[in-house]
Amino acid sequence: MANADCIIIQGSNMAECHPVGFQWVSEAKARGARVIHVDPRFTRTSAIADTHVPIRAGTDVVLLGALINHVLSNDLYFRDYVVAYTNAATLVSEDFVDTEDLDGIFSGFDPETGTYDPSSWSYAEREAPEGPSPETGGPAGDDASPDGGIESPAGDEHGASRRARAAGGQHGAAGPALSHANVLRDETLQHPRSVFQILRKHYRRYTPEMVRDVCGIPVEQFHEVARALTENSGRERTTCFAYALGWTQHSLGAQFIRTAAILQLLMGNMGRPGGGIMALRGHASIQGSTDIPTLFNILPGYLPMPIVGEHDTLQDYLAQISSPLQKGYWTEAESYTASLLKAWWGDAATPENDFCYDYLPRLTGAHGTYQTVLAMLDDEVEGYFVVGQNPAVGSAHGTMQRLALAHLKWLVVRDFQLVETATFWKDSPEIATGELRTEDIDTEVFFFPAANHVEKAGTFTQTQRMLQWRHQAVQPPGDAQSELEFFHELGVRVRARLAGSTDERDRPLLDLTWDYPKDAHGETDSEAVLREINGYHLTGERAGELLDSFTQMRPDGSTSGGCWIYTGVYAGGVNRSANRVPGRDQGEVAHDWGWAWPLNRRILYNRASADPQGRPWSERKAYVWWDEEARRWTGKDIPDFPVDREPSFRPDPDVGGPAALAGDDPFIMQADGKGWLFAPRGMVDGPLPTHYEAQESPVTNPLYAQQSNPSRLTYPRKDNLWSPSGAEPGAEVYPYVFTTYRLTEHHTAGGMSRWLPYLSELQPEMFCEVSPELAAERGLTNGDWATIISARSAIEARVLVTDRMRPLTVQGRTVHQIGLPYHWGVGGDAVVEGDGANDLLGIVLDPNVQIQESKVGSCDIRAGRRPRGEALRRLVADYQSRSGATVETGNARLTQGDR
Amino acid sequence: MAPRDSTFLGWPVLRQLATGDLLGRGAAATSRRTREHQPRTVTADRVVQSVCPYCAVGCGQKVFVKDEKVVQIEGDPDSPVSRGRLCPKGAASEQLVNSPTRQTHVLYRAPGATEFRRMDRDEALDMVADRFVRSRADTWQELDDRGRRLRRTMGIASLGGATLDNEENYLMKKLFTAAGAIQIENQARI
Repeated sequence: MANADCIIIQGSNMAECHPVGFQWVSEAKARGARVIHVDPRFTRTSAIADTHVPIRAGTDVVLLGALINHVLSNDLYFRDYVVAYTNAATLVSEDFVDTEDLDGIFSGFDPETGTYDPSSWSYAEREAPEGPSPETGGPAGDDASPDGGIESPAGDEHGASRRARAAGGQHGAAGPALSHANVLRDETLQHPRSVFQILRKHYRRYTPEMVRDVCGIPVEQFHEVARALTENSGRERTTCFAYALGWTQHSLGAQFIRTAAILQLLMGNMGRPGGGIMALRGHASIQGSTDIPTLFNILPGYLPMPIVGEHDTLQDYLAQISSPLQKGYWTEAESYTASLLKAWWGDAATPENDFCYDYLPRLTGAHGTYQTVLAMLDDEVEGYFVVGQNPAVGSAHGTMQRLALAHLKWLVVRDFQLVETATFWKDSPEIATGELRTEDIDTEVFFFPAANHVEKAGTFTQTQRMLQWRHQAVQPPGDAQSELEFFHELGVRVRARLAGSTDERDRPLLDLTWDYPKDAHGETDSEAVLREINGYHLTGERAGELLDSFTQMRPDGSTSGGCWIYTGVYAGGVNRSANRVPGRDQGEVAHDWGWAWPLNRRILYNRASADPQGRPWSERKAYVWWDEEARRWTGKDIPDFPVDREPSFRPDPDVGGPAALAGDDPFIMQADGKGWLFAPRGMVDGPLPTHYEAQESPVTNPLYAQQSNPSRLTYPRKDNLWSPSGAEPGAEVYPYVFTTYRLTEHHTAGGMSRWLPYLSELQPEMFCEVSPELAAERGLTNGDWATIISARSAIEARVLVTDRMRPLTVQGRTVHQIGLPYHWGVGGDAVVEGDGANDLLGIVLDPNVQIQESKVGSCDIRAGRRPRGEALRRLVADYQSRSGATVETGNARLTQGDR
Repeated sequence: MAPRDSTFLGWPVLRQLATGDLLGRGAAATSRRTREHQPRTVTADRVVQSVCPYCAVGCGQKVFVKDEKVVQIEGDPDSPVSRGRLCPKGAASEQLVNSPTRQTHVLYRAPGATEFRRMDRDEALDMVADRFVRSRADTWQELDDRGRRLRRTMGIASLGGATLDNEENYLMKKLFTAAGAIQIENQARI
């Protein structure tokens, strides 16, 4: 980020939530960079920024879409980059119909299921009935073959559409498969079905005036942002975006990020120093827990979890990850999968039994944490492990979370302190309201004290994919132990109980490789686990040696490796995550501190930092380039590209995989080697980001009759009601927008901060931020109490009246936004406690990733404390009744008939 | 730097003159006790390189250990990520380690009970393993309603991982998947 010429921070309060990382923004600013902060609140990030742009929560697609429209309409995009490195020139199927023509939905929508059949979003096929228009150049692209007719290895289009319908997020980083990369292109970008022209048409109504009317951003300020972006992009300059949960926690959050990706591709800011889109992640190893996932839908290295009916055999599974004729490294998924299965099931995994592929359990849909909580309420879940989390405070719809815990037979909580999730049965707010009675809760609760970061050795993966080894400093106190030791020991005991079982279902546990060496203290050796993750040569001359690269993995069972993208962390038998050459003793890329996946590359897709001929776009932004003499890619970073592939190389159209990457295909994990402006596969709610209002919004969507994301996942239940939106009657009962956020001094649900006196003293009490105008409107006094009421619950907070909250003018009316930090919870053990903002939230999810919409909701606010006891529920019910909210409210998928 | 108190050179006026602290409000006025104080970072037995456990920036930490106790945690100036800095949370992490309210015993709450009671860790682990095996058996789904193999349990779920090590997430995913438990989630979904 220090190399950026302009930094746009949107959906993040980086200065307060990632203070130490923010030094690089400050450094960029000191070097002359422009810093822009787009956020509903004025924060310390805004204070450092050159410009703060207040925005109505949940409207980011309109602002970013208008920037896309602006650069397209005024020819301000980076044309050489766009033509060569993106799919702008690619032609899309003539079956595709845009939201502009269907008033807010794309072709392929099924109103019954709320899902899209994405087959009409495909790239045009050569054998399509109409064929390319010869006069537009047709297959003029370098990648085009003289003749088409490549067979689709994954089956017909119907098969393809079925698979994409099954579940969002199943693709992981693999993205979707393309049957082949032999697409039709029009390098002039003029063909009406080219991605470029589709993009133009899609965003043409996203104007500065629309930004004003939807986001509440004045037209002049929009132009200020547009100028900063366009003046700081191109050959000589780069702009960087940074975001956090302000973009992810929405019912179309994945599309927020897609919009930024389109814009950054158009401006040529991907794969280059000072460019990119930085995801500012919020937990020490949240990146690692995605790479090696404790997530339902993926296996390590973003391989999908098998889905019943889609992935019944290993062959089906592999065919749907990639096809042999697409480009890039996903075609080697067979090697990654075989190596993973060998790591898990060792000698039991053979080529003859497909490496025990049948041992993997099957998904039947989305099984995310919110679906699981709903299943708990239906008594379908008996046992629940909660490790280093505090869902009673940290997950959306706190009441539902806590009531669900009371339905469990047994609960295991592992933490440092008695977090609210561990004590819900005696001190949760529902005990006070009478919804729960301690004596009636049959849940057995086991609390195990956990070892902390200095009491165990292991790796965290930080937000830029870098693994850093932590050495153990001391032994954990008392009964405290690491998760490594706990889960290993649990596995040992479970296996002991099943030993001798002849039941086929127990084979996966009994055949599991589960013998790990112990360290000097008799605990499971975490380095041995990291070596298993890295992988080994199993046969041949190098048998027993660690793999140096995932390119050494083979599909025949001769290699193992628990997470292919991490292969190389132990290259040469050395734990490279423990590399610690001080920053001052090495270059700014700092390759010798920690280890970043893949293969220690620090900027992904860095081939794009050079022009199609392999020369740096400019001296100022030189990063990776082609060395004509050495016939190799070289530069400041490790090239994210086949190192000896000449820029002019053109592949045989009949081959696939890494060999099919042309010398100017920088996006080596994409099926066509190009950055995707238009996503023909992979997004379940549309190939292009489109603005929809949030589940709860004070505004009627001015762009389309379709109010909300038609594919969002809704859960119509009496305990999950929504405020009416826009012009619906009853919307005035919950007239204000609230948004939730973090503070510097606390950490998420407070388990690691509300028990620390230092931090508790710095931020002792739950508060709400309101503007002076709203305070006057509602009679709120700074420092006094206020009660905030949503359609789910009511909480109390101290009032902070501040100019940092600015009323916005949207469609001629004033919209007030209320800021709520979400760190506090009600319990009896923490140093400080208070009402939890997440209690106000309901459950509605982004369909791609099943993340809840917690950055925007509707509420009322009034002076004074909330009622105690059962009167609290009566207050909430009274509001619900006055608003007329029913289980149908807000849950209609299509709203097109309403106008 | 101040001369020793035990000789006349330790007289205050001389100290003020000798050290240039003419007003006697700086080094010349320090007591012997103060002078003999040393930072915990100097007296530590060893310093261990670590990484901050809060957000995902990944700031370097130096953990100072004396008598097998953590006595101080500071930013690591060697780190090219953080260059020695820590935020208020990272700077408070010594208190995370040494918190007086930190739980160091296994606790058990029986059905309907109004309080926790201490339990031997070994016994508790056995009880959890028993429940794991029983719930898995009782909620096993071998086939779906169309006869396709599921090979799973929907009766056991897990939440957490973003605060844990990669190696820990790896063992959890491996064990749960082998057991057929699929509702394994963490903060990345939230």
